[in-house]
Amino acid sequence: MSDAGLVGAALLAPVLGAAGIALAGRSPNLREAVTLASAAALFASCAALLPRVLAGERPALALFEMLPGIALAFRVEPLGMLFALVASTLWIVTSVYAIGYMRANEEAHQTRFYACFALALAATVGLAFAANLVTLFLFYEMLTLVTWPLVTHHGDEEARAGGRVYLAYLLGTSILLLLPAIGATWAFAGTVEFAAGGILGEARLGGATLAALLALYVFGIGKAALMPAHRWLPAAMVAPAPVSALLHAVAVVKAGVFAVLKVIVYVFGVETLAGVRAADWLAPVAGFTILAASVVALRSDNLKRRLAYSTVSQLSYVVLGAALLAPLATVAAALHIAAHAFGKITLFFAAGAIATASGKTEVSQLDGVGRRMPWTMAAFAVGALSMIGLPPAAGVLSKWFLLAGAMDLGHWVAVAVIAASTTLNAAYFAPIVYRAFLRPEAAGGREHGEAPLSMRAALCASAALTLAMFFAPELPLALARALEAR
Amino acid sequence: MIAGQLPALVVVVPLAAAPLVVLVRRPVAAFAIATAACAFSFFAALLLAAEVAGAGPISYALGSWPPPWGIEYRVDAFNAFVLVLVSGAATVVAPYGWRAVAAEVRRDQLYLYHATFCLCVAGLLGMAITGDAFNLFVFMEIASLASYILIALGRDRRALLAAYQYLILGTIGATFYVIGVGLLYLVTGTLNIADMAARLPAVPDLRPVLAALAFVTVGVSLKLALFPLHFWLPNAYAYAPSAVSAFLSATATKVSVYVLLRFYFGVFGLPLVVETLPMPQILLALSIVAIVSASLVALWQTDLKRLFAYSSVAQIGYITLGIGMASREGLTAAVVHLFNHGVTKGALFLLVGGVALRAGGAGFASLRGLARAMPLTALGITLAGLSLIGVPGTAGFVSKWYLVIGAIEAGRWWLAALVVATSLIAVGYVWRFVEAAYLAEPGPATPARGEASPVMLAPAWLLVAACLWFGFDTSFTVTSARRAAALLLGGAP
Repeated sequence: MSDAGLVGAALLAPVLGAAGIALAGRSPNLREAVTLASAAALFASCAALLPRVLAGERPALALFEMLPGIALAFRVEPLGMLFALVASTLWIVTSVYAIGYMRANEEAHQTRFYACFALALAATVGLAFAANLVTLFLFYEMLTLVTWPLVTHHGDEEARAGGRVYLAYLLGTSILLLLPAIGATWAFAGTVEFAAGGILGEARLGGATLAALLALYVFGIGKAALMPAHRWLPAAMVAPAPVSALLHAVAVVKAGVFAVLKVIVYVFGVETLAGVRAADWLAPVAGFTILAASVVALRSDNLKRRLAYSTVSQLSYVVLGAALLAPLATVAAALHIAAHAFGKITLFFAAGAIATASGKTEVSQLDGVGRRMPWTMAAFAVGALSMIGLPPAAGVLSKWFLLAGAMDLGHWVAVAVIAASTTLNAAYFAPIVYRAFLRPEAAGGREHGEAPLSMRAALCASAALTLAMFFAPELPLALARALEAR
Repeated sequence: MIAGQLPALVVVVPLAAAPLVVLVRRPVAAFAIATAACAFSFFAALLLAAEVAGAGPISYALGSWPPPWGIEYRVDAFNAFVLVLVSGAATVVAPYGWRAVAAEVRRDQLYLYHATFCLCVAGLLGMAITGDAFNLFVFMEIASLASYILIALGRDRRALLAAYQYLILGTIGATFYVIGVGLLYLVTGTLNIADMAARLPAVPDLRPVLAALAFVTVGVSLKLALFPLHFWLPNAYAYAPSAVSAFLSATATKVSVYVLLRFYFGVFGLPLVVETLPMPQILLALSIVAIVSASLVALWQTDLKRLFAYSSVAQIGYITLGIGMASREGLTAAVVHLFNHGVTKGALFLLVGGVALRAGGAGFASLRGLARAMPLTALGITLAGLSLIGVPGTAGFVSKWYLVIGAIEAGRWWLAALVVATSLIAVGYVWRFVEAAYLAEPGPATPARGEASPVMLAPAWLLVAACLWFGFDTSFTVTSARRAAALLLGGAP
């Protein structure tokens, strides 16, 4: 197939999937088959694009002219490829998990759920492949809007309140800050195309202007959950577990940090920012978010809330990596998008499995649960290792590069933040594993075993991916390095 | 032969259709004649727009009396665009009226509705196409008188009061306009708009010109519902029959905006309006108050029709905000929003009309759980609502983009901030609907399961599709708007 055809296929697979899901609503088995088929089709398209991107090609597709000089256009570069590949791989795993979860919990409105899920993936792929800021913005907003029905899935008062916070933060930041930032970029640079080396260098802007514009971007991209724009993420935890897992540990949040990284590398240009020291303020802000979110996570007894704040903290690793403006740190940022995804989705899968099998949602209730659910808790332990950054899990890779980059620069604040954060991560993940396997179960709990097979299979698969990325990091590393080399 | 007469036919056909409808009287025939007349005008307007885009402005001498002595119809890039909007909206709304109006208007009065609808369409098209300031007044009166009747046909008795309110204010507006035109006639000795513009710079005494500008501004502002002259609008839109609300919101205020722009930039001229007088500053200030206050008021409405009516006042504020920027980007934003908002609001009122017909009203109580009772209608309102907010991928985004760019390029960051901040209020009022429709359980006032009639749903969804289409493919809207802006500013595009 031609380059443009493959890009189109990747974009269309989930959209057609959503349409098929809506049509097959009356027959659940057929509907779930459509979900799996479109997930497989998306993965196949991404996999077919991969060798071309690795060979240095940049497959592109241009559609309408949305505004004079600004087309709805796509161009697959290494970072977008990496993100799309991670999201499409995990969509298959999550679909398997979701089928088990939604049926075991007898959730309502399943057709709407699967259809919105597919649309969310379409938005993610569109965002990953976007060739310019306006296309990225289009899919960024679409992602917010199609995930709103998933966040408010239960339709009760709590879901409604969570949905309001979700929209208020995400639409609020994007409309209020990101849109003017894109407009200003157009006014300054006369283009919004992503280009190697950035597009703002020509404009010869002062350090203060660039710093202000950067602030508009990084806070405007609320999905990156940089404090104080992070509150939507814990609010989104009212959603069913598969949503928290794929969307709020992978697709939506990674869309945020992906966009930040992309803006810093392809809009500002690392050298432009470094030349006038316009990003100096960003590393401390990211460092603060890393530590503060970890402290909140440490104090949260609710498991999903703890995981959410852990995500807030881990996302800022990517922002920190991007903010250091050093080659190694940029590689670390790109790698962490993948590494954190595999680990965190495993943790959310496990949390959902525990809730489904035992009804337990608080960390303090988890005593002895490891003996009843050994597969789940073993996978959880792998995910926790990845979060802390210990071998043999994927998290250690990105942390290693980040640390090396910070040391190269002599940026000791960043080094200290990484060290402190590792300790904090250990402090809030290790006790969970300890409780689950070593503490005796409280008396009077209900009898339960593992969650349904499809859920268990999915979480074992994602844990295996977390381990695999440690042992065979060539592919993500190649993509991350291709980003740095350009 | 016939192609040369198109500028006249585009107005004359709906004008002649009105008495024909009265003569025929039978509802089916009346409906067919009215719809066919609107469709013909739309077709003619498209042909005219294509011709203007290719060959430049068309001048048509009515009765073959050469201008400036006779009445001139003059079609250029700007009013061709307005003609397409007005006749297009009429063509979409006319079939909708088949079912909607039949349910809202007494059967023996149906032919009157169709006749007045044709008159209103003819009046608005005439306002847009004529190149004669007094002829414009005549068409303004035709359109206004017709719209008072159309509003008064509303089922709710309050429609009578609303129509009366509009009658008083609209008449004052038209009178002010004609006084302004009279003053201009005194000093220039001509009524032809182009001729007037050519003779105005030679006028030695500026005072009558300034008075004329003041009268025209106030008169037209009343018609276009510029804050604080908007009081007639919410009631008129809320109590009129749904088809009428949709048509008027898509066209009537838009044509008045056109008249204001034509007079500011085509008669008085940029130096007088922008440099001698603080008109941009006045427009900016009023627009900002309009946008903020009307959006906030919309947020607290308990009836969806009223909510969208107040939202119209705010959205008109965005249009006048663009005019107030007095720059190429600002005018592009104003002209493109004129079209985009027409399409968006048209879609919304048509859909809300479907709800009102099935539920007996559009209060928020009857919207609870609407997504289950009328899924297509609820989805349509949500999508058009996104266009109202200005989400990328919808027509509303294109307007917002140009407003933001215009503000940034003029170095007015605060204005860009204001534009984006107020669209957050729109998120608030659109999401009130979304939450009620999708998250609330159906209540006693919720209509029974079942969509509005396909005759109503199809035109509405056509406009919803247009909201999305013109968000992706802007080759028609933005190109036309840029040409219009260049024309108004007198420079090359």
